[in-house]
Amino acid sequence: MLLITCPYCGARPESEFRCGGEAHIARPPQPGNVDDTAWADYLFYRTNPKGVHAERWLHAHGCQRWFNMLRDTASDQVIGIYAMGKSRPDRPKT
Amino acid sequence: MHRFSLRTLLAEALIGHEGWERQWRSPEPKSAYDAVIVGGGGHGLATAYYLAKEHGLTEIAVLEKGWIGGGNTGRNTTIIRSNYLYEESAAIYEHAVRLWEGLSRELNYNVMFSQRGVMMLAHNVHDVQSLKRHVYANRLNGIDNEWLSAEQAKAFCPPLNISPHMRYPVIGASLQRRGGVARHDAVAWGYARGADAMGVDIIQNCEVLGFMRGPDGSVTGVETSKGPIRTPRVGVVAAGHTSVIMARAGLRMPLESFPLQALVSEPVKPVFPCVVMSNTIHAYISQSDRGELVIGAGTDQYVSYSQQGGMHIATHTLEAICELFPQFSRLRMLRNWGGIVDVTPDRSPIIGLTPIPGLYVNCGWGTGGFKATPGSGHVFAHTIAKGEPHPINAPFALDRFRTGRLIDEAAAAAVAH
Amino acid sequence: MVQTYRLVRGGRIDRSKPIAMRFNGKELDAFAGDTVASALLANGIHFAARSFKFHRPRGVFSHGSEEPNALLSVDRGGGRIDPNNSASAIEAVDGLSLRSQNHWPSLQFDVGAVNGALSPLFVAGFYYKTFMWPRSFWDRIYEPAIRAAAGLGRAPATPDPDRYQHTHAHCDVLVVGAGPAGLAAALAASEAGKRVILADEQAEMGGALLHELTSTIDGKSAWAWLEDTLARLASRGTVTLLPRTTAFGYYNHNHVGLVQRVTDHLADPHPDLPRERLWQVRAREVVLATGSHERPLVFAGNDRPGIMLAESLRVFVNRYGVVPGQRALIVTSGASAYTAAADLKAVGIDVAVVDARPHNDCAVEAAALRAAGCEVLAGHTVLGSRGRGRVSGLIVAPVDDSGKVGARRILPCDCVGLSGGWTPAVHLFSQSRGKLGYDAAIDAFAPGTSVQAERSAGAARGTYQLTACLGEGWNAGAAAAGLARGRRFTASASRTGFRPFRQLPTDGAKGRGRAFVDLQNDVTVKDIELAVREGFESIEHVKRYTTTGMATDQGKTSNMNALGLVAETLGKPMAEIGTTTFRLPYTPVTFAALAGPNRGRLFDPSRTTPTHDWAVAAGASFEDVGLWKRARCFPLQGEDMDAAVARECRAVRTRAGIFDASTLGKIEVVGPDAAEFLNRLYTNAFTRLEPGRCRYGLMLKEDGYILDDGVVARLARDRFHVTTTTGGAARVLQHMEDYLQTEWPNLQVYLTSITEQYAVIALQGPKAREILTLLVDGIDLGREAFPHMSLRIGSVCGVPCRLFRVSFTGELGYELNVPSDYGQPVWEAVIERGQAFGITPYGTESMHVLRAEKGFIVVGQETDGTVTPDDVGLAGLIAGSKTDFVGCRSLARPDLVSPGRRQLVGLMTEDAQGVLEEGAQIVADPAEPIPMRMLGHVTSSYWSPNCGRSIALALIAAGRSLIGRRLYATTPTGFAEVRVCNPIFVDRKGERVHA
Repeated sequence: MLLITCPYCGARPESEFRCGGEAHIARPPQPGNVDDTAWADYLFYRTNPKGVHAERWLHAHGCQRWFNMLRDTASDQVIGIYAMGKSRPDRPKT
Repeated sequence: MHRFSLRTLLAEALIGHEGWERQWRSPEPKSAYDAVIVGGGGHGLATAYYLAKEHGLTEIAVLEKGWIGGGNTGRNTTIIRSNYLYEESAAIYEHAVRLWEGLSRELNYNVMFSQRGVMMLAHNVHDVQSLKRHVYANRLNGIDNEWLSAEQAKAFCPPLNISPHMRYPVIGASLQRRGGVARHDAVAWGYARGADAMGVDIIQNCEVLGFMRGPDGSVTGVETSKGPIRTPRVGVVAAGHTSVIMARAGLRMPLESFPLQALVSEPVKPVFPCVVMSNTIHAYISQSDRGELVIGAGTDQYVSYSQQGGMHIATHTLEAICELFPQFSRLRMLRNWGGIVDVTPDRSPIIGLTPIPGLYVNCGWGTGGFKATPGSGHVFAHTIAKGEPHPINAPFALDRFRTGRLIDEAAAAAVAH
Repeated sequence: MVQTYRLVRGGRIDRSKPIAMRFNGKELDAFAGDTVASALLANGIHFAARSFKFHRPRGVFSHGSEEPNALLSVDRGGGRIDPNNSASAIEAVDGLSLRSQNHWPSLQFDVGAVNGALSPLFVAGFYYKTFMWPRSFWDRIYEPAIRAAAGLGRAPATPDPDRYQHTHAHCDVLVVGAGPAGLAAALAASEAGKRVILADEQAEMGGALLHELTSTIDGKSAWAWLEDTLARLASRGTVTLLPRTTAFGYYNHNHVGLVQRVTDHLADPHPDLPRERLWQVRAREVVLATGSHERPLVFAGNDRPGIMLAESLRVFVNRYGVVPGQRALIVTSGASAYTAAADLKAVGIDVAVVDARPHNDCAVEAAALRAAGCEVLAGHTVLGSRGRGRVSGLIVAPVDDSGKVGARRILPCDCVGLSGGWTPAVHLFSQSRGKLGYDAAIDAFAPGTSVQAERSAGAARGTYQLTACLGEGWNAGAAAAGLARGRRFTASASRTGFRPFRQLPTDGAKGRGRAFVDLQNDVTVKDIELAVREGFESIEHVKRYTTTGMATDQGKTSNMNALGLVAETLGKPMAEIGTTTFRLPYTPVTFAALAGPNRGRLFDPSRTTPTHDWAVAAGASFEDVGLWKRARCFPLQGEDMDAAVARECRAVRTRAGIFDASTLGKIEVVGPDAAEFLNRLYTNAFTRLEPGRCRYGLMLKEDGYILDDGVVARLARDRFHVTTTTGGAARVLQHMEDYLQTEWPNLQVYLTSITEQYAVIALQGPKAREILTLLVDGIDLGREAFPHMSLRIGSVCGVPCRLFRVSFTGELGYELNVPSDYGQPVWEAVIERGQAFGITPYGTESMHVLRAEKGFIVVGQETDGTVTPDDVGLAGLIAGSKTDFVGCRSLARPDLVSPGRRQLVGLMTEDAQGVLEEGAQIVADPAEPIPMRMLGHVTSSYWSPNCGRSIALALIAAGRSLIGRRLYATTPTGFAEVRVCNPIFVDRKGERVHA
């Protein structure tokens, strides 16, 4: 079980959180203008990297706030945590 | 190929088993092949086997970055069944079950397919609706699946607890008698031996690092840790690592990879006659030929390639096992491990063409790929050989995520694969 | 049986506390402090088990949890039976009944031993090569025979009466292993004032110190130092000492699983105590001082009872005061076994040493032992063993420098100690994802760079000198605790160093003797050679093909020998072979310990509604809906469910019914942008919904399929009361928060779950208004003043109430939202008031029938995550005024607009009495050959008391174009004829709700 540091509440066990999948997949502002291929890409296609992954987490059994996390999917080590709406850090602190 | 039989076994016993040959060679890669299969798991090896056997291709290589059968083939709970809801799924899994039924003799390798019956439990009204929907759909598709009362379920599986005082009592079950389990490693080895005998080069410790492309964009070969290999056809069958391989071809996939856990108990004398699955309370259990209770647990919620999940995943499933089979609660967990499963948005596989000519993909089997191994390899071989899908895998094309023609067994069934 | 083989004094057993157990029905005496293994040996019992495959006689092989051979079934009384316990890990307790396993009819005479005679046939992987003909024989003959032969002990047949506990703990430093390194680490870490947990799998802490009689540490005897150290640790308030506690799994982020055996060592445990306790420890730092395992030597016949590890012989003598034999042979390729030989000699056992190393490599220790009067045969090999049931002699021969084996001779003995070197216990390190590297100096895979906050110390990283172990332990503990102070230990020197032999040299004579690598699984050298010959070159392949290392001991003593044999056979260096994965758990863990208290009622929490007690008292039958217990119906005396439901349904349509709808999810959506927010989430438009009005809302996932539905009421311009389905409550709130926080953070909206704050009482039926009139304050219930799909705020029975005029039955109806605590009193008051009008409580089954009569969908029943609004005839709920809402774009995808989608219709069976099964499939022609084309399926099906016939809802391909057509639905025995109809069976014009 991961130990996740909620930016609002502090370190808590993973069981308090829900993972919301890959981060920075923006909803097209005008979905109606997007073709089927691009829409499918938004809905379903994911980077799924073996390595650093930016992902969304919700402190579901806590403050109910969403935030972003960088995690290495090969080692499961957490590399960084940052607020929703912030862009992915270029050089994550390790 | 040195044929396996009781006679040859007896003959070898007399000479101290000195005469057995390698079950497959360990060749260095040639510079070019007619087809290259990326991934030496059961699906990849089966693909190579059927390419050689049914499509007359002679120059085939299987590239495996580790050791064959070392991924999910050797890490799953070996449940085999075909009682899927949608006709597309039923067709491919039933195709596989029929191949399973003759596989030991086809491969001259005992894969120990044991049709002990797969029973799925219903714990609430919704489960009953869903399982009956399956039973009826299967009947019309010619697939055996029957509805059992709780008492009938207990008669079929005597260790089952059907007390009405359970938190989620068993109120009925569906049963596919032709379902069962097999010896997972033997499937990889049997296909490897069979493919090797037809000239397929099985190259272990060979990782695909990139793809070579022609001027028209089509695949012309692969770069590997053992050097470049030219080929006009590449079939990627890399399970949890599919996204990683496809990224090397510049493609994103509708996949996420999760660690899926399983565990076994210490071996005990025969005590469990069949396979029991409960999706509602998350328990999947059978007993292996060695006597170990083989128990399937769930996946973690986050993408990971670590082959190790959290403790809570295993404890959660053991809670359910202790509910359903309280007499097993003093048994002990002997081994617990994880595999990396690649999951599609509709929990159904992707088998077919990709946007890159000459590049084919077979992935997304999620938690249930083992059972499909022969069928998957068979239709994927057809797809690679003909350049177009077999009718059975046509519905499992990548394009369905664009059109919305999903095959969502999970949503429809509330039953895990 | 008497303890003939017990020293008069010595050891750590308590001779004043005798213990009586039984082994295979016969008395087995022991003392407090014994293990079952030491007790067996003290009683002269070496032959205690049969092996897995060949049913070979086997005895106690080791003194710890690495035991491969002596696995026993333990009966603690009262149904407390469990198989496959390592005799060396079971503490002796009064009243224990132990049984050997895997034999018939008895341990001494076992028919299964015939497998041994057939062993030339039963080589690695033999089953892959045969049993294929004829096919039907696999299921009926071969497999049952293989299964009956496999397995070890028998699974218990009755439920376990014991309890198990879970506990969670945090600490600064978790030290695993309380041998010298672990103790020193704990001393250092606690000196820094850190919270320390020190866990050790054994009953007593001390590890190897427990059998060190002559060693000294800092001038004290090892035992005195141990006593002082434990006392010092115990006196520090920040230290938790956990003996009998195995750290079995190292998970992510320093999450370590430990299992503590709480009562198994007690003859009469307090009934409040759990049998075992699972500790989930989150440690800031971990020190792994897990020690090492001795390796056996591999030679023909190395498996007879009486043959064990050399260090184990020493442990049995020094720690348990047991005499494992009168004449011991130590077979070794390293120095440590000479200490064992000396200790055995010291208590009067006749000892000789056979050392596989040449004279020059063992001169020092050999000379010392010879001086003590023991024979040492250096440069010798062992070619076989003798004995029935117990070893009686070894066949030894000299080996010259060229490797040539000389003349054989037999050395008589009654016990043998093997020492082929040592293997660090790197299991937890490997589980922590640290990479292991082969270190030729110690011929072992040793911990490399740590991946988590973890350090290994002592024998766990191949350090075998006592002084060095203590120093490393201290340094690891200090570093983990951030303590700068170093400490020097002075301890007596240990004999270390060994030369690895994968198997002892043979003279090439083909013998019948088998050289075992994995004792429990009966894997021999020949099996491993065969596997390699057949092309299984990866060590993982060899393991799987031969099953070496896959037994209950997970190859703790055998794996290095197996690896070495593979390397030798392939002619490759060890580093290239690598090691197999160290899978969890370190030693087997009881299922129930992992499941803990989460069983029975605590398996999952039960949620109950505010009127639950009333429903129980009224004799309701309940159904599980998610975590909720919902009243399914309220049968009267003598009624079955069908009769009760029919009565309830008629009552609602003719008089009034009352229903507890409290399980519906309720979310308050507040803020200046609340309407805009809902507009974006629901298919419907909310901007123009007036305060005091309600709307039935449909919510999609982004993929266009129905996620949830429910009534949305506008309380004020900036405030909505949203209801969700019972099962969807949490999902919908999360869905809302997701979009609010991540897609539209600029919207000013606040979401609050109020599901548990309100009891919801549905009052439905033509008499509803009359019943309510006298109970309501401040609300005009008039037909025009309070129309259908509106809400008012006032009070009912003097309790504040959000009163909805809504209906899921198609009747005039209200839903009373009152604070939960008042739910039951209001419920009772309404019933009392309604008595005169024939008010009838109804349950979820009637609710389902009534809504089905009206063609109302239930999300999760009519929909399954693949159904669009149009599929269920609700396209009208998609606001044409909106260009976007969640799921909108997906509705335009090709398959979602294709003709032939399945559409919701009604079905009427030709036989009006025949109720279809939910899940039944629909076909056009029952005579069609299989596979048949399925048109759809029945989603809901009931006997409708109000229609006086069976009704059903179904999703059928292009169903709306088939109205009036005859189709067929599957039944358990065949097909039933049905006619497609409009899905609304009652009051098609919908007038009754406006009454």
